[in-house]
Order: sequence, then C-alpha cells, then structure tokens
Amino acid sequence: MRRAVIAFTAFLGGLVFLLSSPAWADGEALKGTLQNQGQPVNGVKISVAGEDGKPVGDATTGADGKWEMPVPKAGTYKVTLDQSTLPPGVALKFKDRATLNVQVYDGSERNVLFALAPAGQQDGAAAASSDSSSFWDRVAQLTFEGFNLGLIIALAAMGLSLVFGTTGLTNFAHGELLTFGAMCAYFFNVVVGLPLIWAAVISVAIGGVFGYGQDRFFWGRLRKRGSSLVAMMIISIGLALFLRYVFLFFFGGEGAPYAEYNAQPGIQVGPISAAPKNFIAMGIELAVLVVVGVALLKTRVGKAARAVADNPALAASSGINVDGVIRIIWTVGGAVAALAGVMLGLAQNVSYQMGFQVLLLVFAGVTLGGLGTAFGALVGSIVVGLFIQLSTVVVPTELKTVGALLVLILVMLFRPQGILGRRERIG
Amino acid sequence: MHADTTPSRKAAALAAFAGLDREPGVPKPDPILVVDKVVRRFGGLTAVNVDHVEIQRGSITALIGPNGAGKTTFFNQLTGFDSADEGSWTFNGKQLKGVPAHRVARAGMVRTFQLTKALSKLTVMENMRLGAQNQRGENFFRALIPGSWRGQEDEITERAEELLERFKLDAKRDDFAGSLSGGQRKLLEMARALMVGPELVMLDEPMAGVNPALTQSLLGHVKDLREEGMTVLFVEHDMDMVRDISDWVVVMAQGAVIAEGPPDTIMSDSRVIDAYLGAHHDAPMSAEEFEEQLQEAEAELEAGIEEKA
Amino acid sequence: MDWTTILITTVKASIGLETVVYALAAIGINIQFGYAGLLNFGQAAFLGVAAYGMAVTVATFHLPFWLGIVIGLAATVVLAFLLGIPTLRLRADYLAIVTIAAAEIVRLVFRSVKFSSVFGGSDGRQNFSGDFFAMNPYSPGTYGIGPISFNERVTWVLTVGWVLIAIACGLVYLLMKSPWGRVLKAIREDEDAVRSLGKNVFSYKMQALVLGGVVGCLGGFLFALGQASVQPDLFSTEFTFYAYTIVILGGAARVFSPVVGAAIFWVLLVFVGNTLSEAVSAGLLPSLFTVNNIGAVRFMLVGLGLMLLLIFRPQGIFGDKREIALDAR
Repeated sequence: MRRAVIAFTAFLGGLVFLLSSPAWADGEALKGTLQNQGQPVNGVKISVAGEDGKPVGDATTGADGKWEMPVPKAGTYKVTLDQSTLPPGVALKFKDRATLNVQVYDGSERNVLFALAPAGQQDGAAAASSDSSSFWDRVAQLTFEGFNLGLIIALAAMGLSLVFGTTGLTNFAHGELLTFGAMCAYFFNVVVGLPLIWAAVISVAIGGVFGYGQDRFFWGRLRKRGSSLVAMMIISIGLALFLRYVFLFFFGGEGAPYAEYNAQPGIQVGPISAAPKNFIAMGIELAVLVVVGVALLKTRVGKAARAVADNPALAASSGINVDGVIRIIWTVGGAVAALAGVMLGLAQNVSYQMGFQVLLLVFAGVTLGGLGTAFGALVGSIVVGLFIQLSTVVVPTELKTVGALLVLILVMLFRPQGILGRRERIG
Repeated sequence: MHADTTPSRKAAALAAFAGLDREPGVPKPDPILVVDKVVRRFGGLTAVNVDHVEIQRGSITALIGPNGAGKTTFFNQLTGFDSADEGSWTFNGKQLKGVPAHRVARAGMVRTFQLTKALSKLTVMENMRLGAQNQRGENFFRALIPGSWRGQEDEITERAEELLERFKLDAKRDDFAGSLSGGQRKLLEMARALMVGPELVMLDEPMAGVNPALTQSLLGHVKDLREEGMTVLFVEHDMDMVRDISDWVVVMAQGAVIAEGPPDTIMSDSRVIDAYLGAHHDAPMSAEEFEEQLQEAEAELEAGIEEKA
Repeated sequence: MDWTTILITTVKASIGLETVVYALAAIGINIQFGYAGLLNFGQAAFLGVAAYGMAVTVATFHLPFWLGIVIGLAATVVLAFLLGIPTLRLRADYLAIVTIAAAEIVRLVFRSVKFSSVFGGSDGRQNFSGDFFAMNPYSPGTYGIGPISFNERVTWVLTVGWVLIAIACGLVYLLMKSPWGRVLKAIREDEDAVRSLGKNVFSYKMQALVLGGVVGCLGGFLFALGQASVQPDLFSTEFTFYAYTIVILGGAARVFSPVVGAAIFWVLLVFVGNTLSEAVSAGLLPSLFTVNNIGAVRFMLVGLGLMLLLIFRPQGIFGDKREIALDAR
C-alpha cells in the first residue's frame, strides 16, 4: 500500500514531465512529500545543494508532509534528508539514500522521493535480526496484511466479475467506482464533518446509485444499441480516464487521509500487530462478502443473476427480466465497490489514482479465479492479496506487485480458464 | 438436378454400401476416415463416446441424432477444434489425434460451422481467396514483394470466380460478406471450403436457417461434391434432406453411435426410434425442460472442472 | 490571451516529438488491434523495453549506440514472445489483461531501487544519445518557416522520426494489400473460420504482435533520444490508452489513420491545454479553475472524446463503417 502511494506520487511527477504543460510548471523547483505508511511526516529538514556542493537552501516538511525548494536553474542537485530531524520510530528505508542526486529539467518541478519506513523495518534491518522466531512472526504479520488487502481486492472483484458474468463487459472503469466511493466518504467525513462511519454508509449508498445510474443511462443504452464487447471495453477505458481526471480536478493530485482513525495505536494479537481499524475493516469486508455470496446462492434475484450469467437469451425466454437483473447487479456492484474504496482509503490514503492502482490487482484476482465466476474471483483475490504481502519475505517491497502480476501470467500459461473457470464450446 | 447428369458416382457409392451390415461401426470397403474409441468428457458428462465408425470414400454420409447427442462435439474432435480425451482416428491412413485444426484442414478434411462463420468485414472474393492453400503471399517476407505472389493470386482469383459462378454468388463478388443473407452465407462458406481443395467435406447443419428457396440449390451443391469425387459427412436435423441426398446414415445418441444404415430404412430401425421417441426428444421441449437440462449439464460441467482443479 | 504563442505551439505540436512517438506506437497498435484484432494494452512496455534496452546498453555498460539499438529491438521481440505464447491461444480479453499487467511489471522493475544500478530507478538513464546526435547532418541553427522552427537537434530527431513513420506506413500498406494481411483481417473477424481453412492462426497472431511491437519500439527509441533521457513513468498505462485513442480517432485498420490521428490528438491537446491555461491566467474562467487543476481538464476531454468516438463514430474520422474492426453500431 505504501508503495502504491509512493508510486502514485512519482507517477504524477512523471505525468508532469511527459505532458509538461506550461500550466503545471512555473520555474524550476524540487519538491516532494514525505510519508510513512501512508501518513504524512512533518518537521523534517531537507537541504539542497548544487552539483558543486554549494548550498541552495533548506526546506522543512509541513503538516501534509510536503516540501518544496525553488532552484535557480536546470541542472543536477544534491538533496539531503537530515535523518536527525525524523520523528522517533521513523527511519529512512534505505539508509544509504539520505542524499540523492537529481536532475531538474528546464521549466519543470522535480519530485524527489525519500522512502520512509517504521524504524526496524527498513531493508537491511530486517536481515540483521533474522532469527527464526521473528521470521515466523513476520510471516504471520504478512499473512494478516495479505488477507486485509485480499479482502479489499475481493470486494472490488465481486462487482467486476458479476458485471462481466452477466454482460460480458470487461470494465476498466471499475477502479473508478472504488475511487468514487472513497472520495464520497472523504467529502462527507473531512469536508462536511460527519463521523467516518456515517460517511461510509452514505457513500456506499451513493455508490449503489452511481452503479445503477451508470447502467440505466449508459451501459444499458449501449447494450440496447448492440455495441460490441470490444467497443464497450474501450469505452470503459474512456470513461475511466474521464472520471480519473474529474477526480483529479476536484480533489487535486495529492493523497489525503480521512479525518479519523489516522494514528490509531496498534494492538498486539498473537504475533500480529495492527491498528484496531484493520480488524474491524476486515470484519465488515468479510461480512459483506458472505452476505452477497449467500444472496447469490439463495435469493430469487441471485438465482436469476446466475441464470443470466449462464445464458441471457434463455433466461429472458424463461421469464427473467434480464435488464432488471443486470441493473441490480450494477447497483450491488457499485455499492460494494464504494465500500472497497472506503476501506482502501482507510488502509492507505484517498487519492484520484487509488482505484486504478488496485484495478490491475483486481483483474489479476478475477482472472486467477476464472473470468465470470463470483467465487473464483473471491478465491483469486485472496490469493493475490496474500501473495503480494508474503512475497515481500523474498522480494523487495517495491516489487511485490510484480510478483503477483507474474503469477497471473504464469497461470494463464498453465490454466487459462483460471482456478475455477470453465472452457467454452466451439462451433 | 445436377446429380442426374452423372449418375455413376451415386451408383458407385450405393454399390459400396450394398449388403453392408446395419450394425454401428460396420467396416466399409474403402474408408477415408476411421474412428476408434473417441471419448470426450466434460466433467461427469460424457459428450462423445464413439467406439468405432468408418466413413466410405466418395459417399455422402449423414450424421443424425437427437439434440445433445454429441454430433457437433464429435465434429470438433475430428477436426482438431477440441481435444479428445481418448481414442484415435485416421484420415487417409494418417493419424490425426492431437493434430491442430489448421493441419487437419491442410490434410484435406475441411469443415463448416453450424453458425455460419462468414468473415463479414471482408468481401466475398476475399473470403474465397482466403481458402486457397500454399499461398506464397501468406508468408510475411514474400508478402512485401508483390511480384512474388501476384501470379498465384490471379490463378486463385480465377478459381474463386468459377466457384462463385457455380454457387450463384458472382454478382456479390465485391460485396462485404456481412451484407449477404443467411442462405448466401452458407453457400459462401461451402464455396470457401472448396477453395481449400478438400477430399472430405464436413458440413455442420448446412440447412439450418436457410431460406426454403435456397434449399434445393444447396442440396444440388452437396450432391455435386460427390460427383466431383469428394466425400461428404454432414450433420442434419431435416430428415427429408437426409433421405434425399445421403447414401448412408450414421445415428448418434448420448454420445455413442447407435445405428447405421441406408437412409430409406434407418428411421424404421427400432434403436433409432427409441433414441428419438424414448427420450421424448422429437417433441419440441418446453423452455423449462430445456433450461433444466442445460443447467444439469452446466452443473456437471462445472463440477467436473472443479474436480480437475 | 496570447493567441500567437498558442497557435505557434499548436502548429509545432502537429509534427513534434510527441506526435512522432505516438504515431509510431499507434501504427503498431493499428497492426495488432486494427488489422488482427489483438488487444495489446501493453504497448507502453514495448516502447519501454526498447528505450531502456538502448539507454542501458550505452549509459550503464558503455557499449556502442548501434548495439544498443539491436538490444532494444531484441528485447521488444522477446517481450512479444513472452506475452504472446501464454495468451494468443486464449480469448481476446486475456491478452488485454496480461499485456496491461506486463506493462506495469516492466515499469515497476525499471523504477525499482533494487535495480537502480542498471535502470537508474525513478531518475532513469541519461547520457546515451551522444552518438546519435554526432550523426546529425544539420549544422547548429534553427530550421523551419518563420516562427515554426526547431533547433538542429530537434530537427534531426524529427527527420529520423518522419522517415521511420513513412517506412512503417509503406510496410503496413504493402502487407495489408497482400494475402498475409488478408489472413490477419480474417483472424480479426473469426479465427475459428480461418483455422478451418488451414491457416496457422497462432503463428499469424504472433507475427502481428511482434511486428506491432517492433514498429512501436521505434517510437521508444525516438522518445528516449528526443529527450536525451529515459524515465520509467514515461511508459505508463495511460500512454497505451492515448495511443488507442489515436488509432480510433483516425479510424482503425487504415494505413495513415494512426499518423493523422496522432497529429490531430496532439494538436487538440496542446491547443486546448494552452488555451485553457492562458484563459486561467487571464482570469477568464470561474475561480473553480486554477493553474493547478486546469491540466486535468484536457485529459477529461481525452476520455470523453474516446467514449463519444466509439459510441457515435467507431470508424473514426476517415473510416468506412462497413470495413471497420469495431462493431459498435
């Protein structure tokens, strides 16, 4: 999660370069945001010197963890983080990277990244204390975090896979449903001032309405016109881009936390240490997954949904209101995705890219489980979540997503229909 | 109409079948295709379980059977579009198990599909040209030198024009295949298959969805194939058509071949009557029944796949 | 409002570096998606491995420039095989998901601290374009008509770029007129039918994937050389999506559409971007629009444009509805 935030910040920086529009850059500068586990770190001194070692100036991070230092001209600069000003319990993730040499280009602001980690968790420190008991503690902790991530992915995957199952649409704008939920909750929590729990309830409701509306006024219409699935997939990419930049427009490029539950002290349960919010979030996620799963199996609508997924024409001919069922699927999918977004915002920060960042993992989960099977998606998502976290035992944290995506490609090679999928008939 | 002009091939085909046993898997004098113990399972459901069947060279053989008998799946096995779990089959003495679909076609065994696969964004002529084999211009590097394939392309076009004329599609030559009617698509698909130069043509429900006005001409074309020395194996539901054009009929039910025989007597075979009537398959099923069956099959299918996992 | 500057930058954008890079990437996508129906959502990765292949060879290992180009090309071909082998036998959306995942893998590896000694982390690599500019036949100065002019370095990059685009278009033209192209288009329509006619569909799809990747990777080289620098975040997923927008804008499965599409895309993007930011600084827009968020507006328009195009004009600006790959009715 932390890596996702860092990646996103740098991504934004990259975007500024790629499309360096005059609007974004007013003079050369160095800037950055210091974060530890998704939370801003303030009061840290950062000094900038020219290539020749001549100091340019000092900056101190603000309450939002941001710092900025204008520089006279394009060129190479040495940026040093003063480690003594880091708050207790926070350290540089890579001790040898307190001073970075960075290049500033003409007319652009350069983002500088210092990766922070809780003291004792930096790379190198973990290896130093590698007796077997702490190794298993770490595995237990990572398993817990993996479930935490896997459940969020599963919530998102459920909607994606239900929509895919009933309409055949591979919806690239599903990630934006998550972002939408997270942003709604942010609005009601931070701007309006409601307690986060009520903000979450409201945003789940709005997420459901958003999903309903999308199908009622957009996807449903396209289906009626007989748009091909590939065309709809690309339309969903257009929608995703559009929504993402609408979020950027209103929310801004930086991530922000909710007003509550930010610095919850961790509690120790066995070998696992985590903030209570994580336990509660996981409980809610699990409960929602079970409720939706049981509803799929037991209720009339759930059975109808599965019939539509099997064969829409046949379902229609046996008296099922296919459009109605699909609309309910979209509504539930939107609401569950909004919940996933709120949970994701709680686990990291709310940002305009969060949904897209997690979408690939959702795809991985859904594909692993087998496209279009709701339970496959659940299993696949948990596997992805666990794999991502547990892989950090052997690979650097920054590359944990790489492992999960590689596994996705390998599964394609050996079991293309996914873990629980089925093959199609030809002819 | 066409067949009357050269009755010799039909006579030869009928002579080959004369006096043959009516048992499933009966040996033929000169089989082009020999199938042994082909099994295809979808989980717990055995879709195909053919012990032995032979297809006589130069004949028109019909493959019939109630819905869900496994005819199309059997077709898919034979033509390499789906992999069989067990068994083997030879075409002209050549082992074909595990051979990919395009190699099966190159070997001279070409199929059509139940739902026509006309390439709708290509013109009728391009559809036809695509069927020709060993095209020099289909190699990436030679494609870049038009001189290397132009001559061959002209020959192919000439052959395609002859076929289009025969199939009365020459007026549609430069139309997109997507603009053709259902029957015309069937004709195009058959003509395209002939461009491959097949020895055995396998037609999956050639009459399904065809306007009755076109039926007679389609029948004539199928008979023509035999007159030109090709072997035809086709799946069909329309018993009138089966009686009209086929020399021999193979009946499948529940994945297995249950009877064989000449078309005029096969429908009076008690095993065939049982297969059709015993399972109440001849009467149109209600939607509920159909759905029930489908869901049973799906459930088994899923169960089976989970087992495999 | 400074209309002169807006117009000059807009006109320059129509033939500028971005247009060249995106045109090459889009020509590649057009081969894969427009003609063969392959959903490669990882085109950015093909450009990325090529650019990094070259940059790393020269900047990290101090090997010759031309060897860098060879290694970049080889890396692209290897990537195409790695992605194609597991997915080209499967349904179209599997290729989409696998390629998008691969693009993200490539980007994350390039920007990782772990491999920063090779790829240079998020700073990327510089100092590899010396040999390229040493070949520059233009003497120092500016070239162009009036204010529409570029310095000798940019002129050199653009010359090479447009020559490559011309070659790529010629290649596509020849191929798609040939029986080879016919097989490709037929695969897009229905690959089972093509299989039943004795064509090795897998092999053709692989050829299309490799060819599209190689054409796109030329854009990667130029991107790196034109900026004299490679950074991992240049090759993000959005790059691929913009290239798709370009293909669809011009009209899929037409030889020149990616080039025209790229020019139109960048002209519109630069024009809208400049006009909006000028309007903001001139105080012509409501206070909701600020210098900081105005950049987002033009990308909203990209997304909106992509949707509207597919819904109302899937054949693109110049396409013929009857022969378009996308059936959106």
